[in-house]
Amino acid sequence: MLELCDIEKSYIGGTGRVPVLRGVSLRVGPGETVALTGESGSGKSTLLHLCAGLDLPDAGALCLQGRDISQTDDSTRARLRRGTVGLVFQQFNLIPSLDVAANLAFQARLAGRHDPAWQATLAVRLGLDGLLDRYPEQLSGGQQQRVAIGRTLAAKPALILADEPTGNLDEETGDAVLELMLALVAETGAGLLMVTHSPRLAARLGRRAHLKGGRLD
Amino acid sequence: MRRTALSALLSHWRRHPLQLVSVLLGLALATALWSGVQAINTEARASYARAAGILAQDRLERLQPADGQRFPQEVYVSLRRAGWAVTPVVEGRVFHDGHGVIVLGVDPLTAPRGAMPGAVRAGGDFATFLGPPGLGYAAPRTIAEMEGAEGLPPLSPAPDMVPGVVMMDVGVAQRLLRAEGQMDRLLLSPDQPKGHAPLETVAPELERHPPQAEVDAAQLSGSFHLNLTAFGFLSFAVGLFIVHSAIGLAFEQRRPLFRTLRALGLPVKTLVGLLAAEVVLLALLAGLAGVGLGYAIAAVLLPDVAASLRGLYGAVVPGSLTLRPEWWLGGLAMALAGALGAAGQSLWRLWRLPLLAPAQPRAWARASARGLARQGALAILLALGALAAGLWGRGIVAGFVLLGAMLLAAALALPGVLALLLAGAERVSRRVLTHWFWADTRQQLPGLSLALMALLLALSANIGVGTMVSSFRLTFTGWLDQRLASEFYATARTREEARALHDWLLPRSDAVLPIWHIEGPVLGQRVEIYGVADHRTYPDHWPILTGEPDLWQSLAKGQGALINEQMWRRGAVKLGDRLTLPGGAGRRIVGVYSDYGNPRGQVIIGVDDLVALYPEVDRRRFAVRIDPARLSALRKDLIREFGLPEDNMIDQARVKEISLKVFERTFAVTAALNVLTMGVAGFAMFTSLLTLSTLRLPQLAPVWALGLTRRRLAWLELLRAALLAVLTMAVALPVGVLLAWVLLTVINVAAFGWRLPMFLFPGDWLWLSGLALLAGALAAAWPAWRLARIAPSGLLKVFADER
Repeated sequence: MLELCDIEKSYIGGTGRVPVLRGVSLRVGPGETVALTGESGSGKSTLLHLCAGLDLPDAGALCLQGRDISQTDDSTRARLRRGTVGLVFQQFNLIPSLDVAANLAFQARLAGRHDPAWQATLAVRLGLDGLLDRYPEQLSGGQQQRVAIGRTLAAKPALILADEPTGNLDEETGDAVLELMLALVAETGAGLLMVTHSPRLAARLGRRAHLKGGRLD
Repeated sequence: MRRTALSALLSHWRRHPLQLVSVLLGLALATALWSGVQAINTEARASYARAAGILAQDRLERLQPADGQRFPQEVYVSLRRAGWAVTPVVEGRVFHDGHGVIVLGVDPLTAPRGAMPGAVRAGGDFATFLGPPGLGYAAPRTIAEMEGAEGLPPLSPAPDMVPGVVMMDVGVAQRLLRAEGQMDRLLLSPDQPKGHAPLETVAPELERHPPQAEVDAAQLSGSFHLNLTAFGFLSFAVGLFIVHSAIGLAFEQRRPLFRTLRALGLPVKTLVGLLAAEVVLLALLAGLAGVGLGYAIAAVLLPDVAASLRGLYGAVVPGSLTLRPEWWLGGLAMALAGALGAAGQSLWRLWRLPLLAPAQPRAWARASARGLARQGALAILLALGALAAGLWGRGIVAGFVLLGAMLLAAALALPGVLALLLAGAERVSRRVLTHWFWADTRQQLPGLSLALMALLLALSANIGVGTMVSSFRLTFTGWLDQRLASEFYATARTREEARALHDWLLPRSDAVLPIWHIEGPVLGQRVEIYGVADHRTYPDHWPILTGEPDLWQSLAKGQGALINEQMWRRGAVKLGDRLTLPGGAGRRIVGVYSDYGNPRGQVIIGVDDLVALYPEVDRRRFAVRIDPARLSALRKDLIREFGLPEDNMIDQARVKEISLKVFERTFAVTAALNVLTMGVAGFAMFTSLLTLSTLRLPQLAPVWALGLTRRRLAWLELLRAALLAVLTMAVALPVGVLLAWVLLTVINVAAFGWRLPMFLFPGDWLWLSGLALLAGALAAAWPAWRLARIAPSGLLKVFADER
């Protein structure tokens, strides 16, 4: 489903070109859960953003469902993000102008796969059924992250990319949210690539990939 | 400590140069429009004061007949012989090539010391001044304008003379004005010898009048200047919206810095003081630029204003500006007051901010239902205030209170109205993107509300003033067609020529109608009294507003009088009342006619009645009814038979052209200010959108990440701005129409004395809607273009920055 071959990426910094990824190769299959770990600045988020088609690699091939997205234009990548990928951010990144129900439905409706029954089930499973008419600013951090996960899962994406989804939550809430996410991912059969700093959380996923100096160990 | 703190505070502007430009430019524009208008007003007032000061008439008492007419020179001689220290004045107008000048005949030998202009005193060439052909003193510009004018003596430049006035010896002026042996008034020297015979004995026909503190023009044009001031203030207010918005944002963005500075030991008093000093510094910089810009605006507009004042009120104001300290100091003071007013709320908030308050910027751009409700309540209060001013207020000040309260109420209510409209659209939208679009637009409202309020004010003013001017133009054109029924107008040079001209014209035309008038006091004001002939032209064409059925017969019988709308609306007299004319004769008011463009009162009686009451009336002017096809031949014949100069003949088309030109120039200033205000509002929208665009990224990045292209988001941003502008236009439309109604029925009546019917111009509104749409789209174009071109890394920073 997701296949990265010799991905290279660098940024222009104050001292010139700074290489971030130096020939990274990785594969995530359907139903597979992979933890991406590494020190701060090791390029975890950059790799995740490339996988989502939010940015383009300098070199290498990045295939999503058999298609090399590094060779596609902006519109195609946007369509892939809508239809194939689900993103969960550390800071939740909900749409502040929409209430919980509209946030949950947002990506599914963008993808043209809105399933109200599945959304209702998700709302109950995520404990959001009593909060549907609230706005993001009226929710706690844990509630907001559950909405973000629900938004992603409601669209039933083939691949979920999560960037430290529990990094902003306390340990107890973070564990509960991750548990729920893993259970729902298993139910939908989606692949999951999750960035995390925590070895404890990484251990709960099927496989672990560690980034160091721009390369996978 | 202060230095370090100030440097930290000022570093914000280095990192946000756009905000700095917004504050400086907003304040500079606001100050520019305000001080530009003030420069024009100051120049005009100075000119009126100089006019009043000619011959020290603002300090000297005068003697004049009760009916305001000229009196024989012998009366002056008698008074001098009786020991009175008086000096004679003859005054009249001379026209040449579309310019009119006031001719002032004086006697330098008897004039009080210091009363004569410097050039006359210093020149000292009394022989040339007194003896034929005489010598006239005038401002250099006036000399240029009157070059080639027939009958005027040689003119000598006198820089301290008021433009539009030519001063000459009384004898020369008498000949020029065909007032041989006559005088208009006598000025009384303050040092009167003791023991002279009383006035009642020597000259019972004269009355003693106090000094004229103001010339007529100053009194008449007061409303015109008030109108300009109101417009200048509106522009200033619109500009302040930008400043308030930019300063508010700068304060919010520095909240973490404020907390840190306070935590490090900077007292709140010092912090507020430093910020106030920063505002003062910005205000002074922007104020100076604004005053400079205002000078340029005033210099561009002044010639039009001067022409309007001359056309409407006969007031002569120079077309060039003088840099007066009271004006530029006033401009700077306004910039300071405006900046401190705009920053006041932020400074007060900071003063009361607890040290441990959250350092994160508040939800500056987030809708607050309570805030909207408070604003709505204030809007209702202001609307009630406007209603009260409309119902119970009287006069022009009440009119402006009504306008101000109404406009402010509408501006304050706008965000609430737009929020309701957008919430409604959000509820009925089915598609996810449309739903998000409406919800997101609603969320942007608080951040844009000040700019939208500014746009509302500008659009409303545009609709209101545009409707008023167009209504006025339509009415005025129709009225001119009615009133200027005669095809040709001729003025003879002498009374004898007038008689010959009349007899010559009679067999060669359909009718020869005298246009004879005097000026004199009626109901305490100087008015014109015209005499009309008993001819069908008048009943068929004269624009009567109200009157008795047989009013023209009453005039022909010498029993009735018509008054113009201005006199009628002042409320001192009504139909059927008896009007006392100069000299004491009484006539019953039998009708009222419209008289647009004339700020003075006017009375019409029968021409025979006029001649009987005032035998000395100037009888040199005639209107001629004739087939327009014969006009050209008639003009040639008059030149051949009588040698009548071109300046003494004018046809209907030319009079209409001149009248419409005066009309257009009168409103050229208003139109220019309208355009400038729209420009300021458009700029307010642009700066708000540009500032918000940096704050928008965290809101747009997730939507982009979820599958929308940057290009599409940019288009939506463009659409959003255009839509908000159009919605604002929709709200501005009823406000503007109401504004036009107030201008036509309250302000105009109070300012000019006439009331006009209101016409609606949907075509203009459509054009203005297009303009609003364009303004919104243009304001959003740059931020949208930046969004469309932003590198993915720029958007990804949003996710990275938050870690």
